This record gives sequence, C-alpha cells and structure tokens, in this order.
Amino acid sequence: MANGKHGSREAVIVGVADTPLRDGMVLTPMSPLQVQARAAHDALKDAGIKMSEVDGLLTAGMWGLPGAGMLPTVTMGEYLGITPRFMDGTNIGGSAFESHVGHAATAIEAGKCDVALITYGSVQRSERSRNLAGRPAALTMQFEAPWGLPTPVGGYAIAAMRHMHEFGTTSEQLAEIAVATRKWAALNPAATNRDIISIDDVLASPMISDPLHLLDSCLVTDGGGAIVMTTAEHAKAIGATPIYVRGHGESQTHWTVGAMPDAARLIPAEISSRNALVMAGVGLDAMDVVEVYDSFTITVLLTLEALGFCKRGEGGQFVSNQRTAPGGPFPMNTNGGGLSYCHPGMYGIFLLIEAVRQLRGECGERQVANAKTALVHGTGGTLSSGSTCILSTH
Amino acid sequence: MYEKPLPIIDPDTAPYWKASTEHRLLIKLCTECGKHHFYPRELCPHCHSDAVDWVEAKGTGCIYSFTIARRPAGPSFKPDAPYVVAIVDLDEGARMMTNIIGSPVDSIRIGQRVSVSYEDVNEEVSLPKFVLSGS
Repeated sequence: MANGKHGSREAVIVGVADTPLRDGMVLTPMSPLQVQARAAHDALKDAGIKMSEVDGLLTAGMWGLPGAGMLPTVTMGEYLGITPRFMDGTNIGGSAFESHVGHAATAIEAGKCDVALITYGSVQRSERSRNLAGRPAALTMQFEAPWGLPTPVGGYAIAAMRHMHEFGTTSEQLAEIAVATRKWAALNPAATNRDIISIDDVLASPMISDPLHLLDSCLVTDGGGAIVMTTAEHAKAIGATPIYVRGHGESQTHWTVGAMPDAARLIPAEISSRNALVMAGVGLDAMDVVEVYDSFTITVLLTLEALGFCKRGEGGQFVSNQRTAPGGPFPMNTNGGGLSYCHPGMYGIFLLIEAVRQLRGECGERQVANAKTALVHGTGGTLSSGSTCILSTH
Repeated sequence: MYEKPLPIIDPDTAPYWKASTEHRLLIKLCTECGKHHFYPRELCPHCHSDAVDWVEAKGTGCIYSFTIARRPAGPSFKPDAPYVVAIVDLDEGARMMTNIIGSPVDSIRIGQRVSVSYEDVNEEVSLPKFVLSGS
C-alpha cells in the first residue's frame, strides 16, 4: 500500500474467481465449503499460483453456525489442506472482504505471508434458509428482536425514512439506482436478473418495509468468490497482472438499529474512505469506476454521500437521470450489483472481484473504458460497518 | 401462548425487565457527564465512566424514524402485519426501538409525540410499546 511502503513487497491482487450461478443458484448442489474450495481453485488458477503456496487465509461467513463455522479460517484451512502462517477471520458483515484485502496487504508487506487467499461461499438460496426473522433476543438483541423489525430490510427502511424526512429524498430517486444497476446487469451474462426495469416498475413492486420496495432490495442468491494476493515481485516473477492495493480504511458504529448514531448518515464510510484515500494519496476525482455495496438502494445513496461524491442530503439529486447507468458519467456497480447480479448474504467479495476485472479490462460489453483506478466500498451489518479499498493498475 | 421473540434476560438487563413488569421505564444516567443512555450498559457510552445509575424515564418522547413492516419478521409476527417498528427519542435524550400501536399505520409520521404503553406478556416481561400522545 502507499504511505511510503512501496517496493518489492507491495501487495497486489493477482487472482479472482466467482461461482457460476443459474437463476441465482449453484449449477449443481454444493455445500458452502465446496463452493469456496471451487472458487479458491479457480482464483489460484487465474493467478498461476498453487494451493500449496498459500500461507495466508482469510474468510468470513454465516455457514456452519453453531459448529464448524465458529472457527471459519480453521475449518476452511483444514478442508483445503493448508497450514497458513497468517489468518484473519474478521467478520463485520458483508464488508468483511474489503477488510480482508486491507489486512492481507498489511500482512504481505510486513512479511507475515507471501500468498493470501480470501474466500466466501453461501448456498442460502438453494437451502431456502433465508427469511426476515431477527436474531436470538440475547444480549444487545434483547432490545431489537421483540419488536419484529424485518431483518435486514427494516433497519435500512428506517434509515431511508429518516433521509426522506431530513432531505426530501424520494422513492423515485432511490428507484433510479435500481434501474441503472439493472442496466449494468443486462450487460453481464453472469447476472441473475437481466431484464430492464423502469422507475415505475420499482415503485409498483410490493412494499416490503416502508419506504423500501421489493426492487429496492438486493437479491437472495447462492454465490461464492475468492481472491488471491501476493507481492508485486512475486506477481512479476510469475507473469501475473498485478492490481495494486493503494489504500484501505475501515470503521464501525453499531449493530442494533436503535444504536445508530445517525440514521441518515453513514459514519463508517466517512471514516474508512477518508483513511483509504489518504493512504492512497489520491482524491475521488481519480476514480474511474466505483463499486459500492448495494444491499438496498438507500445503502448506495448514503454511501455516495459519505464517500463525498456529493454533499449530505444531495444523494437523490446525484443519482437522478440515470447518472450511474452504462454510458453515464459515473460508472457504478458495473456487474449489476447485489440488486441484480447476486447477493449470497455477504456480498462484499463480489465488489472486489468486479473492480479487479474492470481494471484488467476483462469486462466485455460492460467494460468501463480506460479504467485505471477503482474505489470499492463495502457496508456490513445494518449500515454498521464500512471498509474501503482503493485499487489501481499502477 | 406468546410466540414472538422474548428477551433472554441477563444480569445486565434484569433490573430493566423487572421494572417493565411494574410499568416503569428504567434507563441509565451517567452522573459523570450527565447524559442518559439506552439500552442499559455497564459503562457510559458517551464518556466511558462507570458512574452510571438506573433512573426512571418519563416514558414520553418523539418518533425519530420508523418503518411499516408489510412483510413480517418471521411467522410469529404474521398476524400483526402491517405493523410499525420505530425508533423513539425519549425526552431524556436516550433512543430506543419499539412499536407504535393504537393508530392506523399510515398515520404515523416522524416527529410525532408518543408515550409508553406496556403490553404485559408474562410474569417476567412487559414490553414498552408507544402510542401517539393524546390518543
């Protein structure tokens, strides 16, 4: 990463892979461990690195709880047959993988490992294991679960309602995001939902938790992904295309929705992006492509404001007139996002995979011309955590 | 038979839930910085002092934000849908999640004044829900 630590050990991403899906489901029935092993295999192949060279393992998930998933890096390493010397099971929700990239970069640059593997996998759609019920009413959740907040949509709905109240944001403005993101999905053969939708379609879709409609909400799919990182020197030696991790930042504020410091403001993203940009030594104007977590349309709006692409309260105007759609001035969520590509519970790894593919110029019809620098921002929990990576071809 | 989730009471929260059965809304006050907080904690989340005391809140406040759950949070809430889940700013300054009951869901607005109204569930727990003030 930046901050004076350039040199042969600079951390780079050299391999990515995601699991092929049909109708949002894995092609053949698989366990969450199988999904991750297959994605890891493909990402290592993409990098040109053998599994036996992996000495750093990072993962987060919701599989095997209680049980094997309680020690996820340990179970994953055992299953893969590797004995890492650096592990990180940071779990801050769907943004965990942006943090894994940041932590792996630090570890690689400090000499704690040479090849880091990051994995995620879920078969929640195939298992039909997802519903809107809350969490067990223990500890802090004593003050949330008894009220029947639909999880996770209800917390995001409370944020959207407050943002509308404070700033006059409209459902039409939120719908702009869903419509633009679907246009990107239409260009991505791997995306789950590819039929073009209109703002009216979003507004006419069933209200789930006011003011959020079904089409304001991410998909519920299976999915898996993996990322391989190493040193710039190693990448050069094996002829892999390096994508540099120029900066990273992270933060968190709350998990219970009642403890949100400000429901209309995404403080973790403000902190994480500021630190990531300072570390990278670049400004927002350097970003050619932006990949931000879109669990719900409101998540994107709050994130754009928090990152500083527009002022607080002006997110609705910012996304209007299909600004983030293909061909627009602000290419964002270019794989179709969690709203239309896939959303297997924790989506953050797919933001990174898409950014790497855009920076490598591998995206075909949806390729953003001359993409050199990307901002990736994950949001986890219920607007709880934020983690930002600045990735670059140089 | 009450089938919705009920708090798994622990030593940290036992005084709060005990008071709920007496229809008293206990929150914590930090005698160091003078601020209230909710849910109750061992240390003040504002100044991190351990000088926190239980105090009885007035049970009045206003709606900070809310949602109308059209789809229930699991089968046990299905008979209630649509219902309002809100965050209420208590007049003492602490903020809590609750339900707004007793009014049509489409009449609820941010900023409305509300007051506590307990739902007795069993001998260990009454749930502090809120109604629009004056209703």
